[in-house]
Amino acid sequence: MRESHVSIGATTPRPYLEVKDLNVQFETDDGIVQAVSDSAFSLERGQTLGIVGESGSGKSVTSLAILGLHRTRSNAKVAGEIWLDDQELVSATDEQVRELRGGKMAMIFQDPLSAMHPYFTVGSQIVEAYRVHHPGVNKKVARERAIDMLARVGIPQPERRFNDYAHQFSGGMRQRAMIAMALVNDPKLLIADEPTTALDVTVQAQILDLIRDLQEEFGSAVIMITHDLGVVAELADDVLVMYGGRVIEKGPALDVFQNPQHPYTWGLLGSMPRLDRDVRERLNPVKGSPPSLINLPSGCAFHPRCPYAGRNGNRSFTEVPLLRGDTHKVACHLPQEDRTRIFQQEVLPNL
Amino acid sequence: MLAYIIRRLFNAVITLLVVTAVTFGIFFAIPKAIGSDPALLYIGKQSDPAAIAGIRTKMGFDDPVIVQYGKFLKGIVAGRDYTNGPDVTHCPAPCLGYSFATDQEVTPLLLDDLPVTLSLALGAAVLWLIIGISAGVISALRRGSFIDRAAMTTALAGVSLPVYFTGLLSSAIFVYWLGWLPQGQYTPFTENPADWFVGLLLPWITLAFLFAATYARLTRANMLETLGEDYVRTARAKGLKERVVIGKHALRSSLTPIVTVFGLDLGALLGGAVLTENVFNLRGLGYQALTAIRQSDLPIILGVTLIAAFFIVFFNLIVDLVYGVIDPRVRLG
Repeated sequence: MRESHVSIGATTPRPYLEVKDLNVQFETDDGIVQAVSDSAFSLERGQTLGIVGESGSGKSVTSLAILGLHRTRSNAKVAGEIWLDDQELVSATDEQVRELRGGKMAMIFQDPLSAMHPYFTVGSQIVEAYRVHHPGVNKKVARERAIDMLARVGIPQPERRFNDYAHQFSGGMRQRAMIAMALVNDPKLLIADEPTTALDVTVQAQILDLIRDLQEEFGSAVIMITHDLGVVAELADDVLVMYGGRVIEKGPALDVFQNPQHPYTWGLLGSMPRLDRDVRERLNPVKGSPPSLINLPSGCAFHPRCPYAGRNGNRSFTEVPLLRGDTHKVACHLPQEDRTRIFQQEVLPNL
Repeated sequence: MLAYIIRRLFNAVITLLVVTAVTFGIFFAIPKAIGSDPALLYIGKQSDPAAIAGIRTKMGFDDPVIVQYGKFLKGIVAGRDYTNGPDVTHCPAPCLGYSFATDQEVTPLLLDDLPVTLSLALGAAVLWLIIGISAGVISALRRGSFIDRAAMTTALAGVSLPVYFTGLLSSAIFVYWLGWLPQGQYTPFTENPADWFVGLLLPWITLAFLFAATYARLTRANMLETLGEDYVRTARAKGLKERVVIGKHALRSSLTPIVTVFGLDLGALLGGAVLTENVFNLRGLGYQALTAIRQSDLPIILGVTLIAAFFIVFFNLIVDLVYGVIDPRVRLG
């Protein structure tokens, strides 16, 4: 069943989630926002993919595209292919995608206070999520299921909390409830969009542990979107680094952390506070600010901020670098030897 | 909750006291200051000094304003007797005095007018809620489309055109030109519901047009704001049908501010839709008020003001209580 025809004629099994040549554009009054360009990645069940990048790098837009949530925006254009369990989603009908949403694929959002409806109880919102994908189930069974889920994500006294509103929960409990809502239909693909950003540090670790435990229990594929490299190091099997709407580096998490190839990834690692190194005057942030997606820099979108741009002729300014490599891929004009040397000699000592 | 209601009721009473005091002061103190005599207004064209003096004593016009006000308040609470020697007139509570122009008791006069105003306001309210909210929702969902622009242009017209223009225009078209509706005439509901309905249709539409316009614009703005909320995205991410996302999740939040406005509008209208009632010759509180102002009939003006203020204060309270129910984040107390 899970096979696709590759151009040479051989058949290989298709990954559980496969994104190919994904492009997302928004037409605005100021011009066309090229939010995601030629993005491609894949993910198997039980695996976790970390997507890292600054705000506006296309992380969230990518995940919303998988869920088909750009369909309700009349100014959005999504092109490419998204395969989930051998079903293509970009060309699927609105109704087909709606049925998958919240069922086979679910999402946890960043700020659980604004992501939950303020006028409905937490319990009723979970019941609603369950019943929309289990139309035959009566209210009582759905209620039991919701309470069961609340208990599973570690909410004390779930029967009492069922009738509370989101604002009556603490931040961590609220995110747990959000996770309960996302998992109520046993999704095979779970997308977590910065699930710990709005939480206290002490609670962050609990929530990450919870997601990992639940992933092991349900065997789901998880996409973890974050700008926190610590979260990725903790959870992800593979990492995708995005910049200006493009994937600029991807590979096994350990590999990307130990041997990062892209100057932007170096910058991200350099701007991460760490305890296991000497206290310095300041961190090494990536200089400059993220590019405008309406008017992306020519060539490599990172060149205005890249300290190594121009080392290889003018290509950085004129030519978009391709994502190349075997398991660990990178989109950079610097030759492989130069990158390795710069990283070993200039970057690593400062990390 | 109960303490909250009691406190609000207490505040409501204070508000009403202030409103009556100010109105009373204006209408009774000013004629005195400029030398105009309310007794003369009351007695009409006769100028028999003895009769005028008798009225003055009986109505208490010679008393200081504060005493007159005290007697007026007592009349509302307990009823009062107007005395001039052996001539005693009893006015039962709630007594709002006697009309200068017709010598009739004000309270039953106004109570007779209330059903007309109630019918007009409630019927129009149903219409403008249905039309205004649906137009607003459709406009928000089809933002920038032809329907949106057409609806918002109509709404702008509705807000800017005065009732005496739209009322007369619609009468001209539907009554005199097309002949679809009879000339405006009020029939009590208890007498003949069909006639009641037909007779009020045009006033309802005219009044509803004005309010529906405001509500359409308000709903559209709220809806557009709500559609951008995270929890609407969550509702979609759950796989809910778009109908449920809009009709349940988005509309629920969009309508909350409308409840506030609606309560205040309805309260204000129950005090009399002055323009609409006069354009369509409906003898409600607004009609009564305008007639009374023309005739300097102070007790009636005072009575209508008091009723209007009562409705506004009352609906304000209702709105605040309802708000605590529809928005669980609001805790009353």
